[in-house]
Amino acid sequence: MTLRTAEETAARELLRENFILTSLETVLGWARSNSLWPLTSGLACCAIEMMSAAAGRFDLARFGYEVFRPSPRQADLLITAGTLTWKMAPVLKRLYEQMPEPKWVIAMGSCASTGGPFADSYSVVPGVDYVIPVDVYVPGCPPRPEALIDGILQLKAKIAKPQLTRGVVRYGR
Amino acid sequence: MAVNIEPVLVRYLVGLFPSLAAADRAGDGLTVVTAPPEEIYAVLKTLRHEEPFSMDTLGDLTAVDYPDRLEVVYHLYSAACGHKLAVKTSVAKGAAALPTVTGLWPAAEFAERETYDLLGVTFTGHPNLTRILLPEGFEGHPLRKDYSLPPRPATR
Repeated sequence: MTLRTAEETAARELLRENFILTSLETVLGWARSNSLWPLTSGLACCAIEMMSAAAGRFDLARFGYEVFRPSPRQADLLITAGTLTWKMAPVLKRLYEQMPEPKWVIAMGSCASTGGPFADSYSVVPGVDYVIPVDVYVPGCPPRPEALIDGILQLKAKIAKPQLTRGVVRYGR
Repeated sequence: MAVNIEPVLVRYLVGLFPSLAAADRAGDGLTVVTAPPEEIYAVLKTLRHEEPFSMDTLGDLTAVDYPDRLEVVYHLYSAACGHKLAVKTSVAKGAAALPTVTGLWPAAEFAERETYDLLGVTFTGHPNLTRILLPEGFEGHPLRKDYSLPPRPATR
């Protein structure tokens, strides 16, 4: 049996109280999932609900997601809020490709998820996952701000704990 | 708010172009004159520049697909005189072509591109007659009744 000196005991106490051991992956997931920077990317009427979610009444800032960026180079979350037309599709794809990794996509509303009422139309993309990969689909026409917030929190869980979605098919190319 | 053009002016216009057919559409409150396609440009030029008409504003330019023809519609307004008039002409579906009116009203540039894009009417002399609402490379003109939707692209 080894007898510890008083200094050693104090040092061990200090370590136990002031250090947390974890994996780098966990820390990165924790940090990323709590500070998503969405791209300002309204395509149609869903964007009004997205703006409302960021404004005072619903206050997306409570979760740390209020920093809507005007440039894809500074964003890591693309909320495709609205109807995507084939004319607009290459532009949205380019915006997605300009975002630095790691990056995530939320399909907000019926149009972004499946084309909505315009699914069988000559001009509308029947779901943005024809063009870019999607992480979370938020249904609704349009979804209320609470639904969007819930979608972002689902994404938060997915980023913080990627093992939750392991084996789940991720649609899109 | 513009009012309908005075009937005396319509009679004067028909006097200038005897091939015109004038119809007073009292029901929906808009006077319409119908011109043959080979005279449409001369009629519109007269309406744009001649003193009693002074139709300085092109409110809308579009087309309608009928079973036997495409009917192109021009909605004209005069801010100077405060009156309005619609002019129509019909073209065959197989050879739908009309002279451009971008020289009379610059606003016609986008309207003619849209009519070309969605209904397939060619406007000869247009400075840039390309698709405006649909992506380049799109097949067909979707507001024609005989347009059939292609099957959806292969699933994601």
